[in-house]
Amino acid sequence: MKTALRYLAVILTLFLAWKAAASTLTGGVLPQPEAALEAFLRDLARWSYWGHVWASTRRVLWAMALAWGVGFPLGILMGSRRAVDAALAPFVILTYPVPKIVLLPVFLLLLGLGDAAKVSMIALILGYQVLVTTRDGARGVNPKYVDTVRSLGGGYGQVLRHVLLPAALPHGFTALRLNTGVSVAVLFFVESFATTQGLGYFIMDSWGRLDYPAMFSGIFGMSGLGVALYETVNALERRACRWRRERETAG
Amino acid sequence: MLQARDLHLAYPDGPAVLDGLDLDVASGETVAVVGPSGCGKTSLLYLLCGLAAPNSGQVSLDGRAVTGPTTDIAILLQDYGLLPWKTVLANVALGLEIQGVPKAKREQRARRLLAELGLAGRERDLPARLSGGEQQRVAIARAFAHEPRVLLLDEPFSSLDALTRERLQLTLLTTWQTRRTPYVLVTHSLEEAVFLGGRILVLGGRPAGIAACLDNPGFPDPDYRAKPEFHALATQLRRLLAEGGA
Repeated sequence: MKTALRYLAVILTLFLAWKAAASTLTGGVLPQPEAALEAFLRDLARWSYWGHVWASTRRVLWAMALAWGVGFPLGILMGSRRAVDAALAPFVILTYPVPKIVLLPVFLLLLGLGDAAKVSMIALILGYQVLVTTRDGARGVNPKYVDTVRSLGGGYGQVLRHVLLPAALPHGFTALRLNTGVSVAVLFFVESFATTQGLGYFIMDSWGRLDYPAMFSGIFGMSGLGVALYETVNALERRACRWRRERETAG
Repeated sequence: MLQARDLHLAYPDGPAVLDGLDLDVASGETVAVVGPSGCGKTSLLYLLCGLAAPNSGQVSLDGRAVTGPTTDIAILLQDYGLLPWKTVLANVALGLEIQGVPKAKREQRARRLLAELGLAGRERDLPARLSGGEQQRVAIARAFAHEPRVLLLDEPFSSLDALTRERLQLTLLTTWQTRRTPYVLVTHSLEEAVFLGGRILVLGGRPAGIAACLDNPGFPDPDYRAKPEFHALATQLRRLLAEGGA
């Protein structure tokens, strides 16, 4: 409820700022916010618009699942097994600063023009963040917790289950949550190539047709998608990491 | 029953920590280990429970060599080592879970132990909700859950306030009086050593060995602290440690 109110206040402020800007700028480049809102509401009633929303949502969800599925376990492994880390860390450290987005043409060449290349591109960028953050999280585990499980007769499997997984989970989720914005940004970029489905295409297409209210309708849709993803991950994180909040409130 | 013979330990590329240490703990016996800080007291416990291996020498329990952690030897780590993401109940039942005891059975045993230690009703709380003294009692319950044959305690009460500390020292003493599980207690508090150790070992020197071994005829006595013998022994210990150049 509080979150909804806060979102409402932000939307209202942005609306007023936009209104002021649209009224001072001439030439019709910036449509009145009402016109954009009207186009958005009109589009929401159209199946074709929801087709674009679904295409975008599907891509980003697949990418997040892929990034998590590879980055999280690998991060834990690297953070807890010195030999694995020694073998893989140089690769990660060397390739980390490479702006992965420049590999998009390579992906399109290798994986074709379909969704595989688009999903992989987002997953690669997101997966790096999950991997690096989870690795640091697993590394920073208090050795006392590991000693405790070992002293009770537990091997690596038990340490993994009782210590590393729960300790690294918040780190993995935080990486996922903080990078929803990046994911949607990359989504927009990959959707402006070789597709006629998705909100990114919708925005670029409207822009090309000089239909600015429709363009904003697409921008609204993409913003909504970003917010929905952020809140979903946030809710998952809170569910999985109850103990963290408890510790903060108990202080 | 717990026996350590000629333990040597050195840190990799570092100085020697323990130099030829012998230790015997008979069944039903209690031993307190005191010594200057950084003398290797904690390392000694890690060796005794198999969490670390000595460079040479051997630890054995009833004649069988201890080469890795075993459920026969429980250790209470400094700062309790409770897992913050598990409830009190799950923390106490952890050792049993690792051994594959079915859920209903291990939870029943954990509940009983928590009740014994005055923590009934706190089963569903996370450790962060508990005071330091309560957390320590949870750790004690966890150590007893799988009925170890020997208990090792590393500065168990050092981060507690004075009143809670004395209450928990008494809890440990009465628990020992009913269960007779032998324990080795490492502490920097001489009063704690006198109150809880049937025998008191003084570690000293660098690398450390046993500098002195004192019998404690007044042990066990819940009212020991009020008696002159208690203070006499504590004073004697203090002098020994001071002479050791600590």
